[in-house]
Amino acid sequence: MNMQLARILPEVILTITGVIIMLAEPLLQKNSSRKPLGWFAVLGTLAALFASMWQLHLPDGTAYFGTVQTDAYSVFFHVLIAGIVLATLLVSLDSIDGSAESVGEFFALICFGAVGMMLMTSAVELLLVFIGLEISSISTYIMACFRRKSAKGPESAIKYFLLGSFATAFFLYGIALIFGATGTTAIAAIGRILTVGQTPLLAVVGLAMILIGIGFKVSAAPFQVWTPDVYEGAPSPVVGLMSTAPKAAAFAVLLRILYVAFPLLHYHWQPLVWWMAVLSMCVGNLGALRQQNVKRMLAYSSIANAGYLLAAFTALSQEGVAAASFYAVTYAAMNVGIFAVVSHAGGFGDRLTLVQDYRGLAYRSPLLGGAMAFFLISLIGIPFTGGFFGKFYVFAAALHSGMVWLTIIGLINSGIACYYYLRLLAAVYSKPVHTDLLDGIPRPTMPLLLALVLTVAATLILGIVPGQVLSLARAGANTLVPYVTTAMK
Amino acid sequence: MILGWLIVILIAGGLIAWPLARLHPLLSRLIALSAVTLDLALALVLATRDFGPGSTAGGGWREELDWSWIPQFGIHFHLGMDGLSFLLVLLTLFLGVVAVVVSWTEIATAVGFYHFNLLLILAGILGVLLSLDLFLFYFSWELMLVPMYFLISVWGRERRTHAAVKFFLFTQLSGLLMLIALLALYFAHHQATGIYTFEYQDLLGTPLDPHRAMWIMLGFLAAFAVKLPAFPFHTWLPDACAEASAASNLVLASLMAATAAYAMIRFLLPLFPEAVHTISPLMIVLAVIGILYSAILAFSQTNLMRLVAYASIGHLGFVLLGIFAGNSLALRGTVMTVIAHGVSIGALFLVAGAVEKRVQSREIDTMGGLWDTIPCLSGVGLFFALAALGLPGLGDFIGEFLILIGTYQAHIAAAAVAALGVLAATFYALRFVQYAFQGTNIHSWHLPDLAAHEGFVLGVLIAVLLWLGLYPQPVLQTLAQAASHAPALWR
Repeated sequence: MNMQLARILPEVILTITGVIIMLAEPLLQKNSSRKPLGWFAVLGTLAALFASMWQLHLPDGTAYFGTVQTDAYSVFFHVLIAGIVLATLLVSLDSIDGSAESVGEFFALICFGAVGMMLMTSAVELLLVFIGLEISSISTYIMACFRRKSAKGPESAIKYFLLGSFATAFFLYGIALIFGATGTTAIAAIGRILTVGQTPLLAVVGLAMILIGIGFKVSAAPFQVWTPDVYEGAPSPVVGLMSTAPKAAAFAVLLRILYVAFPLLHYHWQPLVWWMAVLSMCVGNLGALRQQNVKRMLAYSSIANAGYLLAAFTALSQEGVAAASFYAVTYAAMNVGIFAVVSHAGGFGDRLTLVQDYRGLAYRSPLLGGAMAFFLISLIGIPFTGGFFGKFYVFAAALHSGMVWLTIIGLINSGIACYYYLRLLAAVYSKPVHTDLLDGIPRPTMPLLLALVLTVAATLILGIVPGQVLSLARAGANTLVPYVTTAMK
Repeated sequence: MILGWLIVILIAGGLIAWPLARLHPLLSRLIALSAVTLDLALALVLATRDFGPGSTAGGGWREELDWSWIPQFGIHFHLGMDGLSFLLVLLTLFLGVVAVVVSWTEIATAVGFYHFNLLLILAGILGVLLSLDLFLFYFSWELMLVPMYFLISVWGRERRTHAAVKFFLFTQLSGLLMLIALLALYFAHHQATGIYTFEYQDLLGTPLDPHRAMWIMLGFLAAFAVKLPAFPFHTWLPDACAEASAASNLVLASLMAATAAYAMIRFLLPLFPEAVHTISPLMIVLAVIGILYSAILAFSQTNLMRLVAYASIGHLGFVLLGIFAGNSLALRGTVMTVIAHGVSIGALFLVAGAVEKRVQSREIDTMGGLWDTIPCLSGVGLFFALAALGLPGLGDFIGEFLILIGTYQAHIAAAAVAALGVLAATFYALRFVQYAFQGTNIHSWHLPDLAAHEGFVLGVLIAVLLWLGLYPQPVLQTLAQAASHAPALWR
């Protein structure tokens, strides 16, 4: 096979899948089910997943004039994104079909969004990163607006779109400034150029702009204000996707940029990231304490989790990169899982919104209640779940690099977080049962069960036998590590 | 390998008992009972091994199991048993059987889930008692948390959610402090030796500067003091006990306290001898305050479960005193007290639960004069109240006596004040008996007396307390074997 093409094989597969779905959609009967299209998207995602794994056997290297690079790091995030998309597709197969218009479009958009996110993680050229970011953002803007008829839907989508494009503008401006300072947009080349001589102020400003842009995308404080509103208004399966996959991709990009292009400037960005981490943890957890709306609460929880992940960034070590990658996986598993439960229990129109609406869910549907309890326990960070091991790894990495206060703040925060997760957990297992609301919950369908099995299994494996994923995360981190060790010591 | 089976049987039993309740709750109970009983039998098989003094073969562990678990971090699935852990494992499984039997009639809803949680807690406790890898220890320590939360919040009384959340927050926050300390120790060991390991025996020799050792020790101490619970971190226990069912209280007060005391003896004292020595005056003061304060509070409680909970805190004050007294006599007394407290306080919870089942209330003023209508239960109640106040001839007396002698050697004043605590215990224990059982039957209760299974369980508990009180040598001899790992402690 053409070596160049092999390096973007997963993206190609998903693009073709998306295009076929777009073309097939108008050919189907107007009122017929769009599920076959969804299953086709599932197949395409599976193929992309295997294609990404296959890429591990390729020798590391770049393609298309050094813009795309496949290595253990990019494959790690490719597989993660494909996994998230797979679970999201399974969740939305039944909840979207029959409830929204232009469902085929929805499945195609998920595929296109995945292409953008995957490109972000394998791009080693800032402009291509930007293009990937835009592809993924635009599809998530549209998906956020899929509940066109509810008032909250368009509101949330407009908010997301306006603030999102503002942030990408920052990102683009940052790239321009860095190009002005170094004369290149290739990430590795920037790193090489900046090792020589005085660091131009322009590059520092550019880096700050990029931090702002990415900070918005991962909803890190102080760029988090949009998150609760958007999560509240968007359809639940979409929230499950956009709180994990685009964030993972953005984190992957940020790691690559910080560790490969700007390792020498770490005394500039490390304190900034430190503060972003602390602020995100505190704002997220304290904000979540007061929320009555489950989706808003989970939105704040995702801000807090972005903080935990950023804590690993400050470690300035291979362990830090590996911990951040590992945490992205654990957070994705549990968060996609909990949104699968929320989207099935609440339905497309979000019938269950408040914490108290979930009263007695475990008695009405032991399966959904149990799954929700399990993911909440993982979010709290109890051993035997991935959530615990992820936090353990992140804070071990931070502590190892002497970030004692960050570790203490982080762990105290995760203690505070217990409170709001427990509130939901207590509601799920409390009596009396809220029958009028809970009676409307349909029986779990096969695709939903598949998605739940997938996420529960992933969370358990990450918590009990994390060795395999740990090795992969470390192998990924190793590809960034030459830069880390040479420049930062 | 037996150690692995001990844990696997419990988890598997729980996983099987859960869905079986859908067929018939009885199946679930039977599975849970047979799993715990089988475990107890397995543990008793281990009793045939030599736990005598001076047996140091096999690294001093009578039984060991070591598997690599997460090699990237040097984490092992490493279990080991010596005399100390053997005794507490036996206590855990014995009280575990009691808890399952007591739940037979007490728990009527979500029976499968109940037994799943109960067995998972027992598995977590065994994990704590057997871990020789500190990561595994932390893992098991936290594993007890969620099922206990469910036991309180699903099968508790009116204010159960509040109590469960309070319990969870206290233990989780303190557990996180321990996690930081654990990581700090792990990296300190790496700094000194270049090896990443969570192995207990490797970490024992970690050189630490006093300042850092103190902070790390405090992190561990926070978790243990909350779980014990020690004054002033005790407030979650009465709240939880007031809401949870009798069997949960048995696990909560008797067994969780045992794990905390065990963790202090096994980990805190040998890992940070100097730091412990520095802080021991403060801890002794806290222990003595705890003993007296809890006695006063116990005296003024109107809720039977709360009263017993404060009685428990008083005994655990003695445990804390014994641990920090700094000599082996007190330490032996501590283990004895942990075991006897587990049995006697556990039994008091069961008596309170049995009374509650009959009068449908935990408030002491709904009772009175019960001796006329339920003489057997009242007699049993009197027996355990006497045990709790430290009557010679019963287990608690031996333990507290040893602790007081040991403390006397180190701190005469502390021993003197703590001895007042024994006196104070008389007040609340007798109040318990007087107000609940004696007096006139003003509410004209006509109640059924002890059922066969209740009588059997309480009878066995009485026998154990008598045995511990009259012939404690087997316990003390088994304990001597633990000396091979931390000789300085037990000399």
